[in-house]
Parts: sequence; C-alpha cells; structure tokens
Amino acid sequence: MDEKFTTLTGVAAPLLRANIDTDALCPSRFLTRINETGKDGFGGFLFGDWRYEKDEKTPRGDFVLNQPQYQGAKFLLARDNFGCGSSREHAVWALKGYGIRCVIAPSFGEIFFNNCFKNLVLPLVLPEAQVEAIAAQLDDGGEVTVDLEAQTVTAPDGAAFAFEIDPARKEKLLKGLDDIGITMERWDEIKTWQDADRAKRPWNYLDAGQ
Amino acid sequence: MAQPRTLFQKIWDDHEIHDFKNGYSLLHVDRNIMHDLLGSLVFEPLDKRGMKMPNPELHFATQDHGIETETGRTDETKIAGGKAGVQGLRRKCKEYGITMFDLGDERQGICHVFTPEQGIALPGSTLICGDSHTSTIGGLGLLAWGVGLTEIEHVLATQTIVAQKPKTMRITFEGDVAPGVTAKDMILYTIGQLGAKAGNGHVIEYAGAAVRALPVEARLTMCNMSIEMAARYGMIAADDVTFDYLKDKPYAPKGELWDKALAYWRTLPTDEGAAFDREETIDATKIRPMITWGTSPQDVIGVDGRIPDPEAATSAEQKAYIERALLYTGLQPNQEIEGTPIDVAFIGSCTNARLSDLRAAAKVLKGRKVVDGIQAWCVPGSGLVKRDAEAEGIDKVFKEAGFEWREPGCSMCVSLGGDKFKQGGRAISSTNRNFENRQGVGVRTHLASPEMVAAAAVTGKITDVRKLAS
Ligand code: SF4
Repeated sequence: MDEKFTTLTGVAAPLLRANIDTDALCPSRFLTRINETGKDGFGGFLFGDWRYEKDEKTPRGDFVLNQPQYQGAKFLLARDNFGCGSSREHAVWALKGYGIRCVIAPSFGEIFFNNCFKNLVLPLVLPEAQVEAIAAQLDDGGEVTVDLEAQTVTAPDGAAFAFEIDPARKEKLLKGLDDIGITMERWDEIKTWQDADRAKRPWNYLDAGQ
Repeated sequence: MAQPRTLFQKIWDDHEIHDFKNGYSLLHVDRNIMHDLLGSLVFEPLDKRGMKMPNPELHFATQDHGIETETGRTDETKIAGGKAGVQGLRRKCKEYGITMFDLGDERQGICHVFTPEQGIALPGSTLICGDSHTSTIGGLGLLAWGVGLTEIEHVLATQTIVAQKPKTMRITFEGDVAPGVTAKDMILYTIGQLGAKAGNGHVIEYAGAAVRALPVEARLTMCNMSIEMAARYGMIAADDVTFDYLKDKPYAPKGELWDKALAYWRTLPTDEGAAFDREETIDATKIRPMITWGTSPQDVIGVDGRIPDPEAATSAEQKAYIERALLYTGLQPNQEIEGTPIDVAFIGSCTNARLSDLRAAAKVLKGRKVVDGIQAWCVPGSGLVKRDAEAEGIDKVFKEAGFEWREPGCSMCVSLGGDKFKQGGRAISSTNRNFENRQGVGVRTHLASPEMVAAAAVTGKITDVRKLAS
C-alpha cells in the first residue's frame, strides 16, 4: 500500500442522524457491481437511495451531499452508531470513492469501524456535543481539518478538539502498512503455533484423515 | 486454582498466536466461509503475490447472496455483476483447492445455514465469514464473527486475523418462556430491552435455563441477531444438545477424534465465578410473540402491544426518532399493531429458514389459505433443509396454502437478486433487519418469527399466532 493518512482538510457535510446503517451507505443492489468497478470505483453508489430520486439518476435537492456548499466533501458528520448493520466493506469503498476520508460521530458500528482502517478512512469519535458544535458552523460550507499525529480536529471557527484513537490503529493509518506483509514476517511463529495446535486439537484440521 | 475464565476467554486463549499488548492479538482462524459477493476480488492479493494458501482445507464456499431463487435457476443473475461474482468465486475456489457447495449441489445454501449443518463449525473454534450474521454460528459454542473483505484476504493468505479483544457481556434469561414463544421472540425482546447499541464492542454469551432448553437451531436464531445489538459475536456454550446435533455430521470428527474433541469441548463452558464486563438479565416470563414497528430491530413490541407515541417520548431526540420511523413504516401512534394489513409474507434467511422453522410455520399453514393478493414466499435455508422438508411433505403444505416454494439462498433478506417485493409494500418477514429499503425500495418490514409470518399470511394482517393454535 502506498497511501497514508496524516492530515486532512476539506469541506464537511453534516448528516445528523443516528443509526445510519451500511445498507443506507451502500444499498444492497449495488454490491455485486464490485466485480465491474473494483474497490476504487464505488463512489457513485454512496447513499444510493437517499442521494437520488427513484429513477436512480436525478439528484434529490434535499439531500446534504447534493447541496452546493457541500460539494467535494471530505468529511461527514453524523450521530450515534454510524455504519451499523451489514458487514459490507462496500460502505467504506463508497465513502472513499466519493472522496470522504473521515467520518466524525459519537459512536460507530464495530465492523464498519474496523473496515475503515483497512481502507485508510478515519472513523473519528467525538462526543455528541462536539459533533453538534462543529455541525453548527457548516451551514454555508466551511472547512474542517484533522491532524492525526496531533489527534486534533479543527472546526471552521478555529476551535480545536482533541480525540482519542487506538495507538495501533493510528500507526497503521500514518504509515499505511501492508497487513498481509507484516503478518507474513511472523510466518515461523504461526507455523510453530499451528503444529502445536495440531497435536492438541487434531480434529480441527480437516486433512487429519476425516 | 487457576483463575475462572469465560467460554470466550478460553477460546481466545486457545487461538492466540501473538499478543500485541495493545488490545490486539493475532488469532488463528479455524474456518473461513465465503460466498458469491466476494467473487474473485478477494483473491487478488494472493494472485498478485503469487502466494499459495497455507490451509485451503479450512476454507469453504457457497453461492447464496446474489443468486436467484426461482426454480431452474442458472448462474445468470438479474442483478448487475452478480454472475461475475458467482463464476469468479467458483473459478478461484477451483484454482486454490477450496471446497465449494455450488449451485446444483444439495449442500448449497445460506452460509450460516450450511456451516452448522455440515459440522464445519465446531465448538471451541474460531470461524469468520464476510457477513455480519456470522454470529449465528456461535450458537454451537464457538467464536464466529463477520468480517470485511480485506480481512478475508488476510485470512486466505495467513490463516490468521488481527483481532481486537472484545469486552464480555452475559445475558441471562430468568424464568421460563410461555408456550408459543420462540427463540426469535426472545432475541427480539432482548434487543428491545437493551437497545440496538447495547452490545457494541462486546461478545455476548446467552445463558439461563430458557436458553439451555433451546434446541440447536433455535440457539442459532438467537445468536444470529447479536449483531442487531451491535455485538459482533454471540455465543451459547456447547452441551449435550450441541454434541447430539453435531455427531455424525459430515465434517465433524469421527471415532477416536470425536472422543478426544468431546473431552476438550466439555472443558469450555464458562467457569463458576468468571467475571464478565457487563451482566444483564432478561425476565423470560414477560416475552410474548414479538413484532417490529419501526426501522431498527430495537423498535419492537409484543403483538398485543400498541405502536409508540412520539408525544410520549422522553426526549426531543427520541421523539424525532419515533416520528421518522413511523413516517417510513406508515403506522399511527397508539394504534394496536395487531390487525395491520400486510402485502407480503416472507419465510427465509439465516435467522429462520432451518427445518424446525419451516415445520413450525407449516403447522400454522396446514389447512389454511394465504389471503388473496398477498405475495407469500418460502425460501429454505439450504438444499438439505429443502430436501428434508420435502421428505416430510412440508413443501406441499406451503404450496397448498398459496406460498411459493423456492430454491435456497438469501433472497429477500438482502434483496440482491431478482427477488423483489412490491415497491412500498408492507412485509412481515422472518429475517433480521427492518432497515429502510432493506427488502426493496420503500418496503416496510415487520420482523417476526416464522409462525407469526404464517399467521399473518393466512389472515392478511398482523395476528397473534397463539389465536390460531389448532
Ligand atoms: S440470509 Fe441475510 S443475513 Fe443471512 S447471510 Fe444471507 S444476506 Fe446475510
């Protein structure tokens, strides 16, 4: 992987609802399109049911990402439990493909949260009141900045908020590390463990003559 | 004496290859289950590196998500890109030596249905799959969870996963459930009590006499919906009920290996005095047949209950929440939910499409007819479920009542394939998610047990199944 996540500055769009699920982020009917688009080509499906009229083409004027001040948004602000529901990583690919690299919310669905890091998208946890405080400044657009190293988010008015992030995940984002490559460096350790486990739980290994 | 440990902790300890000392561990993955949504894409990193899989025999695949469920189906899907997924996965499984239960194979079915059925999932093991309802399989007493595609790439290449250790939570059911109350009602009630976020960051162990009394298939139903409480993992300790179920399953150990496995499995249940990060109790005597009224599984009431009133909400946020949900579901506050007319009745999915589910629904349907104009479908969870149901004549009961009897797959649980409900229709469904548009654009979903779905199909409206008891 050659990408990293260090700092990000850009337009932030407020979508202040709780429980925005991954079906909403990427409706099911688009999932199989991955075979045509690959992981990078999924932005067009983001919020497919909310962004467009039923014809799936005409943008709905009342949807936040269709409003002129939020064009090119890199941040999304939401309420509790963002990304709950289905494990589809497509939800993250849709956000990233659209250009959103950071979602700020008080809490996240766990699988979604995890999937974000695998794709160098930052799911940033801030208390509800701080999400509201930033969102209140976004009526006319306005840029937000996140500095991952310093663990701060800066609102359009310059107010900075500190956020917590797991150090291991932070490092992954900053360095853009290749997970498979790192684990393979431990291959001997894995192999030794598996050999011992084979002796302990032989039934688990289906080549053990079952 | 050694520190008492939970079931979860024992499995975790026995799969930990490396502790990164930062809350994460490298865990061995005993089983990986794949489906057509992954297509060939998930094999890209292996292809690129020219790597071999270390343990292809520990991986299994099927076609379930995007395929059609009509009789005479082929690889063709009505959904764009679906066929490429089906064929891509097939090609790659062949190339890498992975066992696939393909279309046309009796063992083909929904990933979380065929896995227990084949004895592929065993107590005390770790299992991952690219579907959030993998928690289902924890009903056999193992650690099973849903992961994203990038994590599966890692498992294919290394047979391991980097996992963050969850907190533990035990939900204990006290008292017995009333007759006519199912595992689906138990779990829906629990989600209603604790909320859709309750399990975030946790592994849930379900306990108590009412849980122990459940047969394996019902335990799978219960664990299935753990994710609807935001818990990635749900589990029920394996016991004799589990062992009886698994014995002689095709991939379960045999002979001496079985005895050895059994001795190990018996050491796994949570020790007396083991501490959980969170403990909850549920009064099982309060549970009735449940039905959802909103757009999250937590929006649930007893079938004899009334639809919530936003005016009675305790906060502005809750008021807005109820209003929004009711706007979508088109229901009136304070109304009784019983009697609400429905357009669609669906029995299927990894939550409730096993043989016991179809039997229970057939009991209600027998000698009755689906009300005219209602689209009623039954999609068995696997080819084996279908075969066994047909051997008992259950298919005839469904068909005579006016249900369509279809081929196994996810179908309207995820509405990927050509399977479509009437736009904006009101559906009662034995599935697990009533999110907006989940079962088709504008479709309003009410989650319930298969029995309740059958009762609604033959009365044309949401009905307390206990009133139809014959
Ligand atoms: S039936 Fe539904 S929940 Fe179950 S595996 Fe299929 S899509 Fe997922």
